[in-house]
Amino acid sequence: MAPSYNDLPEDNGYDSEEELDYSDLQEQYDVRLEQGLDAFVVIDGLPVVPEDSKQKLVKYLLKKLTTAGKTKEDATFMPTNDQGMTQGYAFVEFKSPEQAIAAAKTFNGTPFDKKHTLAVNKLTDIDRYGREGRVDDEYHAPHIDEFSEKDHLRWWLGDIAGRDQLVMYRGDSVGVFWNKKKDNPENILDRKNWTEFFVQWSPQGTFLTTIHTQGAQLWGGPSWSKTHKFPHPGCNLVDISPSEKYITTWSFKPIEVTEDDPFLTLEEDGKNYIIWDVATEKPLRSFQTHDLASPTVDDATGQPVKKKIPWPAFKWSADDKYVARMLEGQSISIYELPKMNLLDKTTIKIEGIRDFEWAPAVPQRESVKGYEQLLCFWTPEIGSNPAKVGLMNIPAKEIVRTRNLFNVTDAKLHWQSQGAYVCVKVDRHSKSKKSLATNLEIFRVKEKGVPVEVVDSIKDTVINFAWEPKGDRFVLITTTEVVAATAVPPKTAVSFFCPEKIKGAGVGNFKLIRTIEKKNSNAIYWSPKGRFVVVATVHSQQSFDLDFWDLDFEGEKPESDKDLTANLQLMNTADHYGVTDIDWDPTGRYVATSASVWKHTMENGYHLYSLSGELLREEHIEKFKQLLWRPRPPTLLSRDDQKQIRKNLRDYSKDFEEQDRIEEDKEKGAIVEERRRTLSEWLAWRANTEEDLREERREMGLDTEINGVDDKAEDADGEGEQIEELVEEVLDEFEEIVS
Amino acid sequence: MRPILLQGHERPLTQIKYTKDGDILFSTAKDQIICAWFSANGERLGTYHGHQGALWTVDIDPTTTLLASGAADNTVRLWDVRTGKCVKVLELNTAVKRVEFSEDGTQLLAVTEKRMGFLGTIVVFDIKIDVDAEQSSEPAMTITCDESKATVAGWSYLSKYIIAGHEDGSVSQYDGKSGELLDNYPAHEDGMPVTDLQWSPDRTYFITSSKDKTAKVISARNLEVLKTYVTDTPLNTATITPKKDFVILGGGQAAIDVTTTSSRQGKFEARFYHRIFEDEIGRVKGHFGPLNTIAVDPQGRGYASGGEDGYVRVHHFDKGYFDFMYEVEKEQARG
Repeated sequence: MAPSYNDLPEDNGYDSEEELDYSDLQEQYDVRLEQGLDAFVVIDGLPVVPEDSKQKLVKYLLKKLTTAGKTKEDATFMPTNDQGMTQGYAFVEFKSPEQAIAAAKTFNGTPFDKKHTLAVNKLTDIDRYGREGRVDDEYHAPHIDEFSEKDHLRWWLGDIAGRDQLVMYRGDSVGVFWNKKKDNPENILDRKNWTEFFVQWSPQGTFLTTIHTQGAQLWGGPSWSKTHKFPHPGCNLVDISPSEKYITTWSFKPIEVTEDDPFLTLEEDGKNYIIWDVATEKPLRSFQTHDLASPTVDDATGQPVKKKIPWPAFKWSADDKYVARMLEGQSISIYELPKMNLLDKTTIKIEGIRDFEWAPAVPQRESVKGYEQLLCFWTPEIGSNPAKVGLMNIPAKEIVRTRNLFNVTDAKLHWQSQGAYVCVKVDRHSKSKKSLATNLEIFRVKEKGVPVEVVDSIKDTVINFAWEPKGDRFVLITTTEVVAATAVPPKTAVSFFCPEKIKGAGVGNFKLIRTIEKKNSNAIYWSPKGRFVVVATVHSQQSFDLDFWDLDFEGEKPESDKDLTANLQLMNTADHYGVTDIDWDPTGRYVATSASVWKHTMENGYHLYSLSGELLREEHIEKFKQLLWRPRPPTLLSRDDQKQIRKNLRDYSKDFEEQDRIEEDKEKGAIVEERRRTLSEWLAWRANTEEDLREERREMGLDTEINGVDDKAEDADGEGEQIEELVEEVLDEFEEIVS
Repeated sequence: MRPILLQGHERPLTQIKYTKDGDILFSTAKDQIICAWFSANGERLGTYHGHQGALWTVDIDPTTTLLASGAADNTVRLWDVRTGKCVKVLELNTAVKRVEFSEDGTQLLAVTEKRMGFLGTIVVFDIKIDVDAEQSSEPAMTITCDESKATVAGWSYLSKYIIAGHEDGSVSQYDGKSGELLDNYPAHEDGMPVTDLQWSPDRTYFITSSKDKTAKVISARNLEVLKTYVTDTPLNTATITPKKDFVILGGGQAAIDVTTTSSRQGKFEARFYHRIFEDEIGRVKGHFGPLNTIAVDPQGRGYASGGEDGYVRVHHFDKGYFDFMYEVEKEQARG
């Protein structure tokens, strides 16, 4: 069949300027393939009226229908029966199939008057579904498969030794292991080509995500079977909601859905994001990528700017009730889960908005009784209006607190893990715009009226900032130099802050504990349990420091820090050549540092440290890509139970140490046995060889002493006898007369 | 103990050899001179001048009377160790990459390069261990390597076999008298040259190093690979330590293969492996170029390494080295 005009590709190789306007011809010769049946709807549920009232009814109906699409009286057919009565239904032709669809969507199931409810369907649909035989007249109960027990998805938490799992992706294979501290991690399974791009744990560790060109897959349970799949073709990134109920998949390329796609509908065609319900594996809603507001070409250099997509673009509220996306410079759209309808059917217009963050925990503000979620956002200076940071509560959409700021170059929002504080790191420029300095605006969210504390003692630019998880202390890294992509890493300084001690309840003002100058550090990794922090230099060519700090050191506290709620102590410094990634295990006992082949090819592999920075293991692995600890869900123990355990820790650790010892002995035994065997094999081989050699020497009439073997035992300390010879040589001799 | 740094050469080192007593060591470099040093204090004893090309190799007879050297000037020279006088020049067709005296010192083999239409060969000369004797100029035997040229070669116990390592990674066993090829075994990865071959004290087994990042201990009798040591860098040299059951390996990324050459990335360290258990047990840093040659004192007191950086570093083992023993070895020693 020759292609119709509709099927011709938009871009057919002509220069758009030369393209002629064919629209009039197109209209004239356009072939209506569906013979217009698509434009018909069937309206049911109309009142039954006599012939003479029919006119009136049609008119009334049309008045309603024309709100959805164009139609007119002679395009409406309302049949009458022998008694001249209408029969409660009508056929209406619209101008186009789209209008017909719109009419069916709008009016189906809506009341016509007090007694009548309309049923509006497309004629083709009635034909498709309503024809005889299409739908069985009798009811058949749907077949429900026998119940079969599924794997327990949280089985790994029941490990008798309470060990943690980790996944390693190296070369083409992905392996899951039990952490065995100093010893080789115990391999649970290893699968070649398990993922095509990378692996990722779900936030609570229930699933392992693998990424394929056909989409994302989740795996779990002791058999590591495929539990869910999300067929998003060309999927590049995934993001699972905090409670693991929903998943966002994103592809750079818009999805192309074909008619017969078994999973996706035309709804997803041309979209980049799909938000899925994990349990049903069904898409909830799909979206296109926003065009980024930032310029595509650098003004100064004329070079195209590499666009970085903000990830995650859809941010989950802490309880998975909402998911929100920002349209930079304009608005935030908040969707209610699981229906994914826009909250109050409107987006929230915030002019100039640059970034927003949900509180990472459901906030419990003093004086606020009802349910709320908080989000923090900021807008830059627009004209004469100052820059603003705002806190908004959802679903009320009220601004809880705002703060005006001046001379703002950039701002970053940092929530504390319990949502108790949000620190806004504000990079401010001087009037001349030449130098930068950073202020910290700390919103005390839980306190009445949300007071804001300002830390403006920092003279330099802050390049990194991190709150202590579940705590109220923080670490930041500053640099005097503008961070540029140079070979020499910038000199940085690391500062530690904590609240002052105050009488009574509450948290004192934030005070600097100490600043460590002349570092190259650029990354901060807090232990998930707080207290310990690793400050590191990653992605560097020259410097690979890992500094292990303790903020509650149990030793003596310097006099100068007596008013502070911390006792800072550097426990250890390590050095991992080429380190690119650092990951704490979920219990905060171990730190894994890795050098990934994705970043460079030198000495790829990982190190494992204890929380105090003692190197437990190092392993070089060719083509090492990822090491990720399996996260753990929140503990089920009550506060009291936890306290009890902490109190009896000594008794527990005695048991654990004993277990460790037994385990160690067992493994050592195996190694020793193996070595014993190797050694005896070698010695046997040597004895044989020596015997043969002696035999041969005898045959040749030589002595049977073998070079370098018999003297093995003597002189073991290597202290050879040293003979020094002094040779005196007379060069010249003459007499000198002294007067 | 602090190593002694010998700064006598101006070009990359090519080979180091200790005398049998271990009191003197000889080093060759691409700068055309041979240096002799006291191993105890690093004092230079003397130099041997005469070669007209880069020196590749040196060896001393077991009585420390004659010194043999091979160079890119297509000659093997014999020297009076004591006086430094050249007593004989043996002309060959191409550059000489390796010389080695037989166990009793009465024969010398020389490995020649494949070049200018000549195939790689192993040439054997009869030697009289006497500085005043007239040495024969004619080879007693010539083995031609038509498959893949030999890069290194040496004499087994009782001069029974000549063992050669080849450019293709294989190892050959030739009859020490007839030169007949008895066996050829692909010990290393195909196409990865064997870079060094050194003997155990009794010459019943030897160690080979290769660009394939491994070193192997192989039996001279049947070319059976007994041990394999896996590293993460191409190897240039490997040696077997007497007295202790270790091996020392050296190598490093060649300068042309690394983009940024910090000593760390180049892996310019001497690596100690346990000879029997194949575990790495230690590393010694120091050179800032690849290690080209490592030699160990036949009396087991120390070792010397020569690098692309032009330095020789002489190390004396300390107590910890001699005391180091695996638990099972201690058991063995007690029982």
